[in-house]
Amino acid sequence: MRIPKPALPLRIIALSLLTVAAASAVTAHAAGTVVYCSEGSPEGFQPQFFTTGTTFDAVSVPMFNRLVEFETGTTNIIPALAESWTVSPDAKSVTFKLRKNVKFHSNAQFKPTRDFNADDVLFSWTRMADESNPFHKLTVGQTFAYYDDMGMKNIVDKVEKLDDYTVRFDLKRPEAPFLADMAMDFASILSKEYFEAMQKKGTPGLADDVPIGTGPFEFVSYQKDATIRFKAFDQYWGGRPKFDTLVYSITRDATARYAKLKTGECNVMAFPKPADLAEMRTDPNINVLQKEGLNIGYIAFNVEKKPFDNKLVRQAMNYATDKDAILKAVYQGNGQVAKNPIPPILWSYNNKVKDYPYDPAKARELLAKAGYPNGFEVDFWYLPVTRPYNPDGKRMAEMLQADWAKVGVKVKLVTYEWAEYRKRAKAGEDTMMQFGWSGDNGDPDNFFMPNLGCDAVKGGGNVARWCNKEFEDLVVKAAQTPKQADRAALYEKAQLVFKEEAPWITIAHSVRFDPQRKEIKNYKMDATAHHYFDKVEVAK
Amino acid sequence: MFKFILRRIALVIPTFIGVTLLAFALIHLIPGDPVENLSGERGMEPARRARLLHEFGLDKPLYAQYFDYMKQLLHGDLGTSLTTHEPVFREFLTLFPATVELSFFALLMAVCLGLPGGILAALKRNTVADYAVMGASLTGYSMPIFWWALLLILLFSVQLGWTPVAGRIAVQFDVPATTGFMLIDALRSGDPGAFKSALSHLVLPSIVLGTIPLAVIARMTRSSMLEVLREDYVRTARAKGLSPARVVMVHALRNALIPVITVIGLQVGLLMGGAILTETIFSWPGVGNWLVHGVQSRDYPVVQGGILLVATIVISVNLIVDLLYGVINPRIRHA
Repeated sequence: MRIPKPALPLRIIALSLLTVAAASAVTAHAAGTVVYCSEGSPEGFQPQFFTTGTTFDAVSVPMFNRLVEFETGTTNIIPALAESWTVSPDAKSVTFKLRKNVKFHSNAQFKPTRDFNADDVLFSWTRMADESNPFHKLTVGQTFAYYDDMGMKNIVDKVEKLDDYTVRFDLKRPEAPFLADMAMDFASILSKEYFEAMQKKGTPGLADDVPIGTGPFEFVSYQKDATIRFKAFDQYWGGRPKFDTLVYSITRDATARYAKLKTGECNVMAFPKPADLAEMRTDPNINVLQKEGLNIGYIAFNVEKKPFDNKLVRQAMNYATDKDAILKAVYQGNGQVAKNPIPPILWSYNNKVKDYPYDPAKARELLAKAGYPNGFEVDFWYLPVTRPYNPDGKRMAEMLQADWAKVGVKVKLVTYEWAEYRKRAKAGEDTMMQFGWSGDNGDPDNFFMPNLGCDAVKGGGNVARWCNKEFEDLVVKAAQTPKQADRAALYEKAQLVFKEEAPWITIAHSVRFDPQRKEIKNYKMDATAHHYFDKVEVAK
Repeated sequence: MFKFILRRIALVIPTFIGVTLLAFALIHLIPGDPVENLSGERGMEPARRARLLHEFGLDKPLYAQYFDYMKQLLHGDLGTSLTTHEPVFREFLTLFPATVELSFFALLMAVCLGLPGGILAALKRNTVADYAVMGASLTGYSMPIFWWALLLILLFSVQLGWTPVAGRIAVQFDVPATTGFMLIDALRSGDPGAFKSALSHLVLPSIVLGTIPLAVIARMTRSSMLEVLREDYVRTARAKGLSPARVVMVHALRNALIPVITVIGLQVGLLMGGAILTETIFSWPGVGNWLVHGVQSRDYPVVQGGILLVATIVISVNLIVDLLYGVINPRIRHA
């Protein structure tokens, strides 16, 4: 059944009422305000529909909770709306014990009559999973993109309510990363009562447009492309935030964001330009926080094409690459040399792996052994845009070109517009290219499978098109092993196979920065690049 | 006159079709597609990719997509944004008042400074004042908007602290958007601080957006004035002993203004173009900012619909100017 959105005037009236109602609250407590200069507008206010960090930052982070969440600053999974959980010995089912006395937000249209319970978990999940659910197609044209992308249909068999505060997820196969998946934004818990109430009122679409969650901040108003306003939720189960008003001031231009931070128009800014960091650090009113990123920048060899179908050539290229020089010149020291396909911040990182040292003589020797004593010529694709894992693709490409020329490998630098670059890469058109990955969650599986798994060759995410049975067996087995220590051992082995086979040159893990004004206290940088303000205090 | 109006309106129809074709072709010429945009570095199962392409109607040949789009347009439907899933027209209506407000103040500034500047340059021809006004207008005309905006922000906002950096109003004022025009909404809120804040936020973006029209108006006024000042009737007015101010302001300026007003009308198109950059750097939540984001995310309906709506406004203003000309000058009607 497709339920139409309410007529525009109704929605405008509803939103205006909310806005007017909230306005007084905001101005009354203006002293306790935190302004965050964000980098863009949310695509909408429903965390199940969207996939961008910008939307998650503005929606699921301040207003919603998941059953489990990542501890801010780490990738450890901690209880949230579920107080505890147990995994069955065969790792095929997970039972969550839900937290009691958790309140939902309210607005002018809706006042909750009950606390959060198992019905909300079932509703939130089946709405995504079950196409016959009346709310599945509530908002015309929307898809549950992350749910689909994570392949949840192939993972979760069914969800059952055991009692009001106990829920069991039965899985189709043992899936150890499932808990980390449940901590992701798309798994945010919605209020079943709210959706049903809006449906009864004849305005079901409002439930997707005006969010009601259990998170630390309540929605107040949104002025498109300008500001999003929240107020502290007095009944937040995790403790009321220590300031009253949170405002996201949408400022797309990084230079303007920095200027606003400098003048005090915002307290925290998103994504500074690397070139501004040195000056920021000299400003007595600004603190520049930094954290090692959950990312990897790399050079992928297309192993389906010559000469990179030969392992010796791939190893030779690794030996011919001076990563330290790249780290200094391209990352300006803001990162660390990568030797594994996962960053050291992740558990199961194998520190015993020996990286290929910079050794042009060894590279020449291996090339000769592989049948290329005079090197070869090849196209090398470089990133046309700045990415969190690679601040300057062109500069890096030029440095690599010089490095490789020393061993006789002549590369022609090629690039495309960013969307075209990805499209062609995923179709396997490249021979050798720059690429990278930023982790979605804190599970190593989220690095191995999307980038190096055999299925990812078909999907295009594995741009090296490297499908190695030994590696695949290890990472698949790790994903199906319940105990983290056992999984770590398997992943550590997989990293050794990866290093030996060398489908990539792992270049660097970059560092992320969150500049903020000095009056902001207790702000902690998040490992998955979200921005959490619930523990922040504003010094007077 | 009726025939003249009909002829002018008839000319508008092919222009509209041209605009739809151009907007459609341009956005489809940009590499990449909205589905690729959704996935980022992540791969996408071929089946899911095919399903999304089908849902967005992008699996059809281009000509079929264009005809679908035109059919939709003729039904008065501009489509739905691929990113927000909101109707394009509704998004446009939400954002358009911000662009109108900014453009109005930019044009106001351009006229208020450009006209006197041009008159001064004409009256003091070949003097320091003339060179200064024309030099400044040439500089303003040649200045890249982005760079000019950054310079002003650094000086007036960051160094001197006189103006806010970006946005439409300070965050402590949560003014409900009843009309969409921030100055009016701030006035209606009854908080003088909100009005003052909204006004101060308009200063720098208006200067940046108004600089090129200002230069054009100043130069046009100067050349038009110089021409008129050489006319016999001006000489006669002076000979009659009228005061120099009366000769300039009444006899010369009124006639010199005719081409200037035409140029002012034409600035609407220029303002819409300039708004794209100005709104981006000043985080001004208007149509320009929206279009830039639409292009970046390959949101085809937003870009096509947005361009069409902006073009409609520019075409309408030009049509009105044309028709007014026909009213003022009968020779044009019969041309």
